[in-house]
Amino acid sequence: MTQYAMIIDYKYCTGCHTCEVACRQEKQIESQEEWGIKFAEFGPMRQGDEWYWDYVPVPSNLCDLCVDRIEEGKKPACAHHCLAKCMEVVSVDEVPARLTDLGAGGVAVFMP
Amino acid sequence: MKKGYKTEQGDEVLVRTCGWSPPGDHPVGCGMILHVKDGKLVKVEGDPEHPISQGRLCPRCLALTEFENHPDRIRYPMKRAKADRGKDKWERISWDEALDILEEEVHKIWDNYGPESIFVSQGTGRQASLYAPPMANACFKTPNISFMMSGSSCYGPRTVVADFLLGAGYPELDYAQFFEQRYDDPEYEVPKYIILWGKSPLQSNPDGFYGHSLIDLMKRGSKFIVIDPRLTWLASRAEYHLQLRPGTDAAIGLAMLHVILGEDLYDHEFCENWVFGVDELAEHVKQFTPEWAEEITWVPADVIRGAARAFATNAPSSIMWGLAFDTQQNGAQAGQAMLAIASVCGYMDVPGGIILALPSSFMGRWRFETSQYVDPEVFAKRIDAKEDHPAYATGPMCHPDSILTALETEQPYPIKMTYFYGSNPLSPTCYAEPERWYNALMKCDFNAAHDVFMTPTIMALCDLVLPLAGFAAQDAVVLPHFGRNTHFLGAINQAIDPGECKSDIEIDMIVGKRLNPEAWPWETAEEFFDAQIHTQYDWDFSDLRDAGVFQQKQVYRKYEKGLLRPDGEPGFNTPTGMIEVQSSIYDDFGEYDLPFFMEPAMSPYSTPELAKEYPLVLTTGGRDFVSFHSEHRQIPSLRNCTPDPLLTINPKTAAALGINDGDWVLIENQFGKCCERARVSYEVAERVVHAAHGWWFPEQDGEFPNLFGVWKSNINRLIPMYKVGKLGYGAPYKGVLCKVTKVSDPDAAMQDPTAYVAGEDRGPNSFEDGSAEKSPYLYQNFHPGE
Ligand code: SF4
Ligand code: SF4
Ligand code: SF4
Repeated sequence: MTQYAMIIDYKYCTGCHTCEVACRQEKQIESQEEWGIKFAEFGPMRQGDEWYWDYVPVPSNLCDLCVDRIEEGKKPACAHHCLAKCMEVVSVDEVPARLTDLGAGGVAVFMP
Repeated sequence: MKKGYKTEQGDEVLVRTCGWSPPGDHPVGCGMILHVKDGKLVKVEGDPEHPISQGRLCPRCLALTEFENHPDRIRYPMKRAKADRGKDKWERISWDEALDILEEEVHKIWDNYGPESIFVSQGTGRQASLYAPPMANACFKTPNISFMMSGSSCYGPRTVVADFLLGAGYPELDYAQFFEQRYDDPEYEVPKYIILWGKSPLQSNPDGFYGHSLIDLMKRGSKFIVIDPRLTWLASRAEYHLQLRPGTDAAIGLAMLHVILGEDLYDHEFCENWVFGVDELAEHVKQFTPEWAEEITWVPADVIRGAARAFATNAPSSIMWGLAFDTQQNGAQAGQAMLAIASVCGYMDVPGGIILALPSSFMGRWRFETSQYVDPEVFAKRIDAKEDHPAYATGPMCHPDSILTALETEQPYPIKMTYFYGSNPLSPTCYAEPERWYNALMKCDFNAAHDVFMTPTIMALCDLVLPLAGFAAQDAVVLPHFGRNTHFLGAINQAIDPGECKSDIEIDMIVGKRLNPEAWPWETAEEFFDAQIHTQYDWDFSDLRDAGVFQQKQVYRKYEKGLLRPDGEPGFNTPTGMIEVQSSIYDDFGEYDLPFFMEPAMSPYSTPELAKEYPLVLTTGGRDFVSFHSEHRQIPSLRNCTPDPLLTINPKTAAALGINDGDWVLIENQFGKCCERARVSYEVAERVVHAAHGWWFPEQDGEFPNLFGVWKSNINRLIPMYKVGKLGYGAPYKGVLCKVTKVSDPDAAMQDPTAYVAGEDRGPNSFEDGSAEKSPYLYQNFHPGE
């Protein structure tokens, strides 16, 4: 069975809440106490002589990486709708190559 | 896109549609597939084939099932006795009875007072923007229809400035929106710099601009210059952030022009051929150095210089101007300066610059042509501030500040009926001094509305409410920029049964057939859209359904090709045929022909005595991803993202006031007070706070006086009416003074609205307190004796 990982190129994440609400719909998470993915906010703070302000979405234990969708040839619900197009779920083998492509500045990999 | 819009998949019907409103949104028209099971909307999925949204959706459409299936939706017409206004004593009635009541009340007013005594109150962004004016003009036959912010402070001011000076529709960033291949089209160029001026498009998708295309462009190398009192997320990534004091945009513009013209960084060839008044402007701005602007705007002179140089010397670059231009008295001048900057740099209608268009094409034109159904003698009585603001009176709408005066004083004649066209202005969206509006509107003999939820406005004021359908339950057309610069037409396709709800255009038609049938020959929405489409194209609404979207053709440098003037001559549709950085017509309106800076009416410099008591500059109106102004407060997964109204305050200011993140605070000035929760963040400077707008609490008691908590966190209670510019536009929603204190009770601002006493002064003047000499570029200096 293929193992998948979620890559978030979070330097482009605008904190739009789309992934959170898309996941809620896809996974039918009705309780507002629970979530499939949620972002943390860092900043805005002056660090060095620049502003640092990042949103980093983190998938929870309820995230199954939308394996069903992937197997149907679709993107996961969060990645499909992400307004910044900064999320993807790939097989673990592809992760190093994708990280090289995306470059530094704020990229995270999750295996929830 | 694939042909056809409806397919079946297992036990679901999938309907492709484009989004608009309600629930509210600007005409962005994102593509989506609506999944319907047993007649119920069960899922929304973005359509990857849509050329603009490309599968993406914002949280508001992703929560559409919660909206469509919400237990509190208004699903049938209801009436209530006038004596019961404010009480939850609504009675379900049939459409026939509702139309009988409306017809009878309108006839009473026509017969006893004349059609001009009916007023239609329009909100922003929703489909209402297209269909409210026709309801006023072609159903009620009244000329008194207006967007309801003081000084008509949204979009109108910018479009009017663009009309006067550019003779074109809305000037929009070129984000390859007209190309099927988008950014890959060989004709397209990526803008090197994008100035985002008083605009936060990621959250607001303003007027149908696709906000996150800025991220697409960021990935392709565009750099940002952000002119904004707030450090927005984009500003944190910008090359230059001009964090100005709210309301001083014109001073920034003048100083940037000083640099660009003074250092000879402009496009001489373009200016010689196409721009009128460059020499006069260059002479005029010699005095406005970046150092001069630094004192006024609090932006370091070096930052202004750097931004101006970067912008002017990197072609092509582009500018987006935002709501901040509308929500200040001096905004028309800031807009004139902004258009001048873009023009002298030669960025108009070039790839990667600013796209121009012929204004009022397609339905945008129909909406205003319906004014023919208003009797000319009645039209002449329109309350449009002709005497004080002749420029305003050349526009399509009545003047909101003057309407309030008419409601209160019954001069020049009484307003006896108000129709709220899909708008909730008592919540802090439109009305400034909302208690004053409340008291004035309670005087009407009859008030009616149509909407999707019971709002504070309807609960407080109306006698009849009609049920409005969501966009998933209707057939319609979405056109970004309402026809003023429209890159595509999209089909809105009905996916679910609307029950007794009807769309805006259907309500117009059904009411119109009762009151003025000659204006409403169509039987169905589809027939209406066929007729509209046929004014320009030889295909039908059903073809648009099949195609999904129709991207319009656009060519660059339209001014060279005679495509911006109705007479087909090259140039711009202005009196001089050129872009007028010096206006050839403002003089006739009593306005200065070159841009100038005017200190905000209430500020640390114009009202220093008030500033001792109210030391912070208050700006409002920044948008959130999960709401559209006052909408979406009852949608669980959206409300969960932003549960409370937030006041953004700098950590140092908060510490000095003993305020911690999450504390309830009272925001006050001489007009009123409002409670919000502190969000302690470096997003604002130490002397500035930003308060969220649009708040009410659908979960609270709806009856008067609570009215779903509409008075508690109502930031517009701190904004005065009728402090507008000479052109009649612009009001200080983004620039008054306040103080902030910590409170324990979130209801600390609650007050019975009937106790509100309006200020004596209802004129268009400033808060003069003798400070004219201190600030050399005050309005009064250009208008001596006024
Ligand atoms: S991959 Fe699927 S389950 Fe995981 S966060 Fe995204 S939408 Fe939710
Ligand atoms: S959808 Fe994308 S841009 Fe929006 S919060 Fe999630 S990761 Fe960030
Ligand atoms: S911008 Fe958001 S609310 Fe508007 S149509 Fe697109 S997804 Fe829907």
